[in-house]
Amino acid sequence: MASAVKLEGITKRFPGVIANDGVNLDVADGEIHAICGENGAGKSTLMKILYGMQAPDEGRMIINGEDVSFSSPKDAIAKGIGMVHQHFMLADNLSVLENIVLGAEPANRGVIDFPEARRRIIELGEAYGLKVGTRDLVETLEVGERQRIEIIKVLFRGAKILILDEPTAVLVPQEVEELFRNMRDLKAEGHTIIFIDHKLDEVLEIADTITVIRAGKTIDTVKPEDVTARDLAELMVGSELPVPELRESTVTDHVVIEAIDACADDDAGSPKMRGVTLKVHKGEILGIAGVEGNGQAEFVEAVMGMRPLTSGSISLEGARMLGWGTRRRREAGIGYIPEDRTRRGLLAGFPLWENDMLGHQSMEPFVKSGFWIQTEDARQHTEKVVDQFDVRTPSVDVAAHALSGGNQQKLIVGREMSADLVALIAAHPTRGIDVGAQAAVWEELRHARAAGLAVILISADLEELIGLSDRLVVMLRGELVAELDPNNVTPRDLGSYMTGASRQGGGE
Amino acid sequence: MGRRIMYVLAAPLVAVGVALVISSIVLLFAGANPISAYQNIWEFGTRLETLIETLNRATPLYLSGIAVAIGFRMNLFNIGVEGQYVLAAIIAAKVGAEINLPPVLHVTVIIIVAMIVGAFWSGLAGFLKVTRNVHEVISTIMLNAIAVAGVVSYLLSIWDVPDESLDTALPTIPESGWMPSLNGFVEIFTRDIKRVELWGFILVAAAVGVVYHVVINRTRIGFDLRASGENATAAEVSGTDPKRMILTAMVLGGAVAGLVGLPELLGSSHAYNLRFTQQLGFAGIAVALLGRNHAVGVAIGAFVFGWLDRASGVLEVRGDAPREIVSIMQGVIILAAVVAYAVVERKRRAEEAAAAAAATAAALAARQVAADQGGGS
Repeated sequence: MASAVKLEGITKRFPGVIANDGVNLDVADGEIHAICGENGAGKSTLMKILYGMQAPDEGRMIINGEDVSFSSPKDAIAKGIGMVHQHFMLADNLSVLENIVLGAEPANRGVIDFPEARRRIIELGEAYGLKVGTRDLVETLEVGERQRIEIIKVLFRGAKILILDEPTAVLVPQEVEELFRNMRDLKAEGHTIIFIDHKLDEVLEIADTITVIRAGKTIDTVKPEDVTARDLAELMVGSELPVPELRESTVTDHVVIEAIDACADDDAGSPKMRGVTLKVHKGEILGIAGVEGNGQAEFVEAVMGMRPLTSGSISLEGARMLGWGTRRRREAGIGYIPEDRTRRGLLAGFPLWENDMLGHQSMEPFVKSGFWIQTEDARQHTEKVVDQFDVRTPSVDVAAHALSGGNQQKLIVGREMSADLVALIAAHPTRGIDVGAQAAVWEELRHARAAGLAVILISADLEELIGLSDRLVVMLRGELVAELDPNNVTPRDLGSYMTGASRQGGGE
Repeated sequence: MGRRIMYVLAAPLVAVGVALVISSIVLLFAGANPISAYQNIWEFGTRLETLIETLNRATPLYLSGIAVAIGFRMNLFNIGVEGQYVLAAIIAAKVGAEINLPPVLHVTVIIIVAMIVGAFWSGLAGFLKVTRNVHEVISTIMLNAIAVAGVVSYLLSIWDVPDESLDTALPTIPESGWMPSLNGFVEIFTRDIKRVELWGFILVAAAVGVVYHVVINRTRIGFDLRASGENATAAEVSGTDPKRMILTAMVLGGAVAGLVGLPELLGSSHAYNLRFTQQLGFAGIAVALLGRNHAVGVAIGAFVFGWLDRASGVLEVRGDAPREIVSIMQGVIILAAVVAYAVVERKRRAEEAAAAAAATAAALAARQVAADQGGGS
């Protein structure tokens, strides 16, 4: 079969580092081609080059048999290449229709031709089974629907070659199946799909061809029928893939966090958390499963004192924490690994040592007498965190934005874990980080549990949730709808509780 | 280290260079010879008396710049320094004239009154923001109008003392409430100074700069403020109360803004009158931008602006060009500086990211070598 995309000897150097070192990639026309590799292996850089966001230093790019060089994504789009980014680029306050045409508006003498646009979108939707309501506001949509809009957006611009950057990272299993159906439909219509993924079973299920990249080099190109997930993992990391699992139970009957009938509203004032009652014990990891937007975020914010309860209570070691601000709760020993590290966990432009101080700026050794910052002591503390938690950085004085996602996350985990804690809230602690960093974070959660912390784990990675939790609860529309034993539940079962397809009878 | 200094200096130097080029073009259009115009400015501007006047102008500009910078540090755009300082000046002038206290104490009371008034007026904008979510740009613009066109005009009309001078003016502060000139001190190092006096308030401004630098960089409240400015959500997650930080920043900025009118009030006019210098609050925004909210940077910015203001008079005297040409230069410097800062910052960030990536890549490579060897044996 002819090649849709052929990359030969692509090399991209940044000062002091080679991101791509003579990468070869051959994507046949009309196939689904997966690219696997750890974060930092150079996949993103390669995709950015293919999408015209960065120019390679060396190498050839051949699209549909034609030598090309792109100076911006515009050139790539003109050659029929489209990219769906991992973080959706949608305007929440615009309608689906407006989002899709944004930047590529069909115009009629300077006026946007909305009827024409709507017609084309509906046509595309029918052709590929991508159903969307063109008039809906994007902010009202679920994650899976948003992704569908991103895909239509790309098709609307005439893309024949689609790049999907970790499309399944944000989806529950049922949504993943839907996405895979869409991908097969696209393939049937003659589109070529290049997609990046960490989850090897998914890759094996959907891909026609798999290319593995490690440390900026092409390691191998394989067919899914010739390899197992284990083989792929070994190709990716050069060693064995770690798995999330717990050892012997450390659960005690000492209750650390107890929520009784806790309710809270969202920012707009409508109820988002309804009567949540749960206990977390010393030495226990309680996993909270749920499709995003079903009240988990509000629960975490309520525990952290960032969102007031409208009724009910949440107590720490028997104290009801009524009127406690976030600072007081942190001082009382609640640690928090936030779900969105760049938005909620880091001061991007600040040096690592000041980021290490964040959240502990009222405590020793960072601050003396609650007022004076102890620069030297703080830096030494950060040196220790960097060392102990394997944060790879030239020094503690570089700004946080300079680190890769995995290293940023290790810094955050290290910062929280190095404080004197009784409870830890970990929200999506391994989202968007590589296998190595993921294993390190898992290990720290196990340490936290062994050290007798009460841990609340929220994750969209169901394997992780099942593997690391002592007990699982499922949150749906602000309520706890099920309590499950992680020892005998599969991701599929969990998924159906999360979407409301299954229900636990009686009880409540 | 040398590299860091280069990064710090590159942007302002480029900005001044660009400003010189563009001003030359404007001067040519105005029919003047840029070389001789610059020569005249330089010659006049390097006179001792001009430099003293420059410092007198730079002192309130500096205070104004710091007042704005405090807000900038946490992403608050305090445009209200104008109203805050004018209101503070008139009330401080009135209080200063009504009381009689021993010298140092008298001045101290005037300073404290001015700071309280400034803090109160700015705090209003903060209060509106935290309670009603009114954007501070809107509220401070409104509060400027209310202060300058409303309250100050009204106070001026009821506190006017017609018999003391022909001018509309408040009563004069007794001499115990004046700040001595620093001419005597400067003259130890230079020659006699004619006509002008170096206002003593420059020492207070320097102290404000030191306190600002220390509080922002070395204390918890400064950290909370900077953190809120860098990433409000992350700061909140870390336990900072966003509402309290907004109020704190507005009140602190207002307190410093209250000082802006005092160099003139305590150093030369000794009474509030119609000729009292205005517009310093808006100039402060420019100065803070130019100085990147850094204590020393703002000082340099204030000096450059003050010098251009003072030295430009010669353009008109010598018939080179209208002095408004200087406003164009100031504007171009700001624009060029903002662009240059952005460019330099991007470059610096890219280099930092590359260094960190290299550290990661080295570790990855080491791991791989270890893994390969492990596999081989």
